[in-house]
Amino acid sequence: MKLKTITTLLAATALAAVASAKNYELLNVSYDPTRELYVEFNKSFAEHYKAETGDTVTIRQSHGGAGKQARAVIDGLAADVVTLALAYDIDAIAEKTGKFPADWQKRLPNASSPYTSTIVFLVRKGNPLGVKDWDDLVKPGVGVITPNPKTSGGARWNYLAAWAYAKNKYGSDDAARDFVTKLFKNVPVLDSGARGATTTFVQRGIGDVFLSWENEAFLALNELGKGEFEIIVPSLSILAQPPVTVVDANAKKKGNLAVAQAYLEYLYSPDGQRIAAKHYYRPIHPEHADPADVARFPEVKLVNIDDEFGGWQKAQKTHFADGGTFDQIYLKK
Amino acid sequence: MASALSNLQRTVSAPVVRPRALRDPLWLRLTLMGVAFLFLASFLLLPLVSVFAEALRRGVGAYLESFNDPDGWHALRLTLLTAAIAVPANLVFGVAAAWAVAKFEFPGKSLLITLIDLPFAVSPVISGLIYVLVFGAHGWFGPWLSEHDIRIVFAVPGIVLATIFVTFPFVARELIPLMQAQGKDEEYAAVTLGANGWQTFFRVTLPNIKWGLFYGVILCNARAMGEFGAVSVVSGHIRGETNTLPLHVEILYNEYQFVGAFAAASLLALLAIVTLVLKSAVEWAHARRHG
Repeated sequence: MKLKTITTLLAATALAAVASAKNYELLNVSYDPTRELYVEFNKSFAEHYKAETGDTVTIRQSHGGAGKQARAVIDGLAADVVTLALAYDIDAIAEKTGKFPADWQKRLPNASSPYTSTIVFLVRKGNPLGVKDWDDLVKPGVGVITPNPKTSGGARWNYLAAWAYAKNKYGSDDAARDFVTKLFKNVPVLDSGARGATTTFVQRGIGDVFLSWENEAFLALNELGKGEFEIIVPSLSILAQPPVTVVDANAKKKGNLAVAQAYLEYLYSPDGQRIAAKHYYRPIHPEHADPADVARFPEVKLVNIDDEFGGWQKAQKTHFADGGTFDQIYLKK
Repeated sequence: MASALSNLQRTVSAPVVRPRALRDPLWLRLTLMGVAFLFLASFLLLPLVSVFAEALRRGVGAYLESFNDPDGWHALRLTLLTAAIAVPANLVFGVAAAWAVAKFEFPGKSLLITLIDLPFAVSPVISGLIYVLVFGAHGWFGPWLSEHDIRIVFAVPGIVLATIFVTFPFVARELIPLMQAQGKDEEYAAVTLGANGWQTFFRVTLPNIKWGLFYGVILCNARAMGEFGAVSVVSGHIRGETNTLPLHVEILYNEYQFVGAFAAASLLALLAIVTLVLKSAVEWAHARRHG
């Protein structure tokens, strides 16, 4: 078996050496807010790969709510790599299709998350309601915008961040549940994805506080309405790790395995880290990013999903599966 | 007789000699007209104008610049390709179905009529999901297709299939009542005089139904180019590959490229307007021939 693998590898290497420049087409299935990031990253990777190997890579993108995107890959969307909002959605693909191993998250550094983010508040200019921390979101009459945790990865991070804050402050899961119940009573619309929610808050002008990915909040702040919004950093938030992985079976079938791996590894390279920071994702190697970009990130006390909730599998089951805490508090409303 | 009747109608519709009893008071006529125009203006014209206003918000330069997008052009080509396959397919099917329903009696006829209407009755999202459930990786034919390396959903064939499904009834629905009203007499006469099936169809039936057929094709085409829901489910949203123009509009809008989004929308609106003009031209030509 081993011998066979080695011979195959050797043959592949020999073939690669003989063959002249090749054309690859990769499909990256991603979640909503990474659109701008991957436009720039894909261009940079294609140039890098061409310089390195002489081969041309075209990268196609598909974006949508993380849960919906995972569903499409399970139903047969031929993604070479998935770059989604949270580990659970990628777990679901591994479990339902068996196209890559269940321990995929160990294959790349930092739990396969080349960049991280967190959840912050976006408020309107001058912060008219004086929102400072999570406690201000449960006051009566405050309109809170968040997408639907059932379909949006970002919304699940929102929900868990609120839960973690309340549990740390009031000491129990019951208190946290009451807190999140009150919070969701203040939510007027549940959009299906992060982008829809941003549009609701920014374009349609609904709500007072937008619970948002940090990167999405910066985008709204700097590119949508300069001077119209402010970011409020809560006293405690959650470390959001959007992971990436190769869908081995799909990539292998298209002969893209090597280039798909190189693509994801490039996210960890100095260039990849610099581009991530530029698009408001927190790089795991800040030393490679532009210091001015890194300086934009405020210091936040972050809790981690594994320590606080026992990992995504458990968090998903307790909070977001049918009949989980979200169903209980939201249906009761 | 017929011409006498139409003469009579023409006299009746001339306002000068209209009998007093048939005349509505002026205020009523003005109110009705006002309501109709106001409704049309606010619900149809205003959105259309706003599409163009938003598209041209940053000037003609920015508007034209936004067409400089290979993904956008690909979306347009895919939309036209989809229509170019779906419309002829439904043309053939529609004529065959209408012919069968209108000219023959057979068991299961009402079932066929019901089935033709099915795409109108189900939500487009369901129409898309049907194809994912049948051809998706875990669908009925999923494993077989994957073994033979054939891609249907999340690829162009799925988009074409979903569009054909959604636009299925337009031609048939347009033709069935027309052919039923025309009856079978002319075909009988043709057959009696020795015409074979194809001759009867091309020389007798087709000339009789051609205006209705044009009309159905135009409606079918409009829907094929504009379909969003069903196509969105089977597309997979791969830019430059499986995005149609309506899906491209959504993507641009979600990327805050509002000028681009409305420019693409204006392109779709223009296609719709061309369709409407064609439709009116067909109606006008038809009226002139039969007037």
